[in-house]
Amino acid sequence: MSKVYLSYNNIVSSYGFNSASAIQNISNEVSGLQLVDDKNILPNPFYSSRIPQDELEGKYQDLHPEEKHTRLEKMLLVSLADTIKQSGLEINQRVGLIISTTKGNIDVLENGSDFPEERAYLASLGEKIKSFFGFQNDAIVLSNACVSGVLALTVAKRFINQNTFDHVFVVGGDLVTEFILSGFNAFQALSNEPCRPYCKTRTGINIGEVAASVLVTKDSTKLVNESVVALGEASCNDANHISGPSRTGEGLHRSVESALKQAKVYPEHIDYISAHGTATNFNDEMEAIAFNRSGLQNTPLNSLKGYFGHTLGASGLLETIIGMHSLNQNTLFASLGFRELGVSEPLHIIETTTPKEISTFLKTASGFGGCNTAAIFQKVSE
Amino acid sequence: MNNDYHIERYCHIRNNDISLDGISLYSEKHDSFKDFAKATYKHLEINHSKFFKMDNLSKLAFLAADVLLKEETEKNVGLVLSNKAASLDTDRKHQESIKDYPSPAVFVYTLPNICLGEISIRHQLFSENSFFVFDSFNAESLYTYANSLLDEQKSEKVLCGWVNFDDGKYDAFLYVVAKKGTFVHSEAEINRLY
Repeated sequence: MSKVYLSYNNIVSSYGFNSASAIQNISNEVSGLQLVDDKNILPNPFYSSRIPQDELEGKYQDLHPEEKHTRLEKMLLVSLADTIKQSGLEINQRVGLIISTTKGNIDVLENGSDFPEERAYLASLGEKIKSFFGFQNDAIVLSNACVSGVLALTVAKRFINQNTFDHVFVVGGDLVTEFILSGFNAFQALSNEPCRPYCKTRTGINIGEVAASVLVTKDSTKLVNESVVALGEASCNDANHISGPSRTGEGLHRSVESALKQAKVYPEHIDYISAHGTATNFNDEMEAIAFNRSGLQNTPLNSLKGYFGHTLGASGLLETIIGMHSLNQNTLFASLGFRELGVSEPLHIIETTTPKEISTFLKTASGFGGCNTAAIFQKVSE
Repeated sequence: MNNDYHIERYCHIRNNDISLDGISLYSEKHDSFKDFAKATYKHLEINHSKFFKMDNLSKLAFLAADVLLKEETEKNVGLVLSNKAASLDTDRKHQESIKDYPSPAVFVYTLPNICLGEISIRHQLFSENSFFVFDSFNAESLYTYANSLLDEQKSEKVLCGWVNFDDGKYDAFLYVVAKKGTFVHSEAEINRLY
């Protein structure tokens, strides 16, 4: 089986409209989270990171659209347009499109939406992205809760290995909506301050908004400096509870073990863990248990939620792209918001951004439905 | 690549009927899916109290999976389900409730993969899960992804299929892909059985 790489990439976020803007701000430990007072979304002010509306509109108009698109479609189009342009790839029948989203255009269910309810169907979203760029294959939409972003990369690799495609563009995104915030608020899971993953004083999550995209390819001539090889990946269910994480970290532990086995690496070969770290009590505790069971308690680890909040269906993709840049820059980025360990098992949280020679990282995510994923990526050797 | 797999058995739930390998297990007209699901649950003598807390999509997937996995001893069964409406049936309920009092018990079902969690809990499967959304039944993607899980030894068997619940209408077609079985695992055969 040939190697599968992650290559050209883009991040549209509160920091700007490319990956470089996000990496620059993360390097400087600048959070994208701000207090937002928008009563159309939540009665009380909340912390979030959102893509600036006027600039998004400008970037979208630069693409010369010929029909009307929703806000999420604009985000995805702007991100993917950049990644496709960088890659210089011709979109032919060997090129696939995978879209990762939990809720898609869920805002069209709101009263007064400019779009018909039909746009809430995820295949409709897929069709809009497909037709805009002239993809020859239908979009494959993956909606698997908060693991969607990492799982989408796994799915891309698996379709390439099955010889369905040579290249797959993966794009992910979700909106900050009344739908989502009212739901997490009903769970009492929202923090009323910037989130603090793994910290003793953590009080819950922030929801943020990004669109991210990456080229997954088996073509070793289509690589960038930050490219990585996808070595091994797995997704295992907790088989325990649909909204609460497993008390034993079962699914995450099994996902990590299966990914390590496929990657043919031992825990001591993992230089860095880009963890999920939502800053809810139960999630972070579950992760600590799972990482200890896998012998990863001494491996430098961060959660990037302190920069972006939880960006739902994009999060795993976003955080993998940042992991790629982290390897390329040989830098461990600080787990923003962390002060003092607040989980029952030891973890090596990255407290300040530090230069370090690193070549292999583990990305994990967990979500509602008891789903978990783990994926291992390595620098491309000469 | 091996790709020499088989379909062991399949289940349909549509039009007030639940069937295994094309043979009806229970069929009776009910006014709503909720009533049909409850009657099916009783008829099949299922004992799983959480069933009654599930949304329609999860009930639909749960019942079809139960018929297929009831006597299954293999625990490494990957789950690869798909549909058109994702969780829109429950999404509409949550959206409607926002102005009053949004309920966590409803909100948790506003993700289509929750039904995979329900099946995993019921059958104690710590296996691969993926939920895809397509405009219509897509045998090609299910076929390819199931092959991938089996080829890469991520799963020993794969429970695949389509579970759609939208606007009161329901359609489920689930099947088990294994190394041995009655039917050939091919795109054409999946479409024929669907």
